[in-house]
Amino acid sequence: MAGLTPSQTVGPYFAMRLPWDDGPFVVPEGSPGAVTIIGRLYDGAGNIIPDGLIETWQADPDGRFAHPDDPRGPTGGGYRTFRGFARCPTLPDGSYRIVTLKPGPLPTPDGSIEAPHLDVSVFARGLLDRVVTRMYFPDERAANAADPVLSCIDEPRRAGLVAVPEPEGHLRFDIHLQGERETVFFDV
Amino acid sequence: MTTEVSRSLATPDSGQLVLPSYERPSGLHPPLGSEGYRSTALRHPRQPLVLLPHRLTEVTGPLLGAELIIPTDSDLTTQYDGEPQGQRIIVTGRVLDSDGRPVPDTLVEIWQTNAAGRYRHWHEHHPAPLDPNFGGLGRAVTDAAGRYRFITIQPGSYPWGNHYNAWRPAHIHFSLFGRAFTQRLVTQMYFPGDPLLPLDPIYNSVPDEKARQRLVANFDIELTQPEWALGYNWDIVLRGRDATVFE
Repeated sequence: MAGLTPSQTVGPYFAMRLPWDDGPFVVPEGSPGAVTIIGRLYDGAGNIIPDGLIETWQADPDGRFAHPDDPRGPTGGGYRTFRGFARCPTLPDGSYRIVTLKPGPLPTPDGSIEAPHLDVSVFARGLLDRVVTRMYFPDERAANAADPVLSCIDEPRRAGLVAVPEPEGHLRFDIHLQGERETVFFDV
Repeated sequence: MTTEVSRSLATPDSGQLVLPSYERPSGLHPPLGSEGYRSTALRHPRQPLVLLPHRLTEVTGPLLGAELIIPTDSDLTTQYDGEPQGQRIIVTGRVLDSDGRPVPDTLVEIWQTNAAGRYRHWHEHHPAPLDPNFGGLGRAVTDAAGRYRFITIQPGSYPWGNHYNAWRPAHIHFSLFGRAFTQRLVTQMYFPGDPLLPLDPIYNSVPDEKARQRLVANFDIELTQPEWALGYNWDIVLRGRDATVFE
């Protein structure tokens, strides 16, 4: 077995290369059914982090992935402009914004059903490896209650993984790297 | 608004969903809280990480590639009107998984300082000259054998505010996707013989000495092109997977 390459911090200068213009758009803005996710990234003192990078990965609205390791075979192709992936640097006010479609639920090998979710990676200066969390949807109360990941996490931390509806129809998902409201992060 | 569950849960004919499972390296990556690297203090989680089983979202991932690339993306010495200052180098290697299998068609992104140790970034205050002919950004997609290749300039060292007289060893930042969300990796490549390596808290945050040394490229005279450029070889190894795992 070859030796694995260890992680190192993304540092403060990733913004030179990693962001691209349509990075935050899993689907183009204004696409039918598009959901806007907004949020802020905070450190352990409650200060915003203006030099972080958020990446998301998710299924399409049918719960499918255009990927050879999805054993259910090719997707229906109904979501041609959908790429499942978004990348958004945080702004000077610590905020990020992603436009996507709500994913479908997912089957699992043990027969349980995962509620619609996004896998979220956070990179920043001061993070020697990415940290990974998940965002769930607030209008999926029953599916969230049955979700095999979410149901393993106790309140009040569990609530931090469910986005909060905003008045204008957006969803808010704030991420706290540390502190009283520390987000649940996963060992992937 | 709740999604119809029955519509989307088709499994293969066997009725059983069989997914690959990726190894979970323990002790490989730096601990998130690292005393020597000051910026980790308020930015690392203090609660234990929760184990996330590898299911569909984790064993798939964005397959970004050729559509994002233009030919000059992998030659950082030809992206501007003139030639950049500094020592021309070739940096090449393979992206592999830990079973030695190449990872083909995968996006590799790099960013680095110029020869003087200066990033082309609005937030960079190091009083070293910018080079009008060097941006420090590269992208490549691996070939069928998992190989990437960049032509660039030897990056410089630069001071940073971590502690008194702190200098980063010369490095090139690398970002990799592999084929699955679990394989995503952002790291840094260093140069052999750099006297700053033993002093650098970021390099030394990797606990295992052998793993740390895997971040250092090899100078390779065979890759070196006479009268033109020094050659460095650096392989990147991502987490491997079991071909079939029934959970």
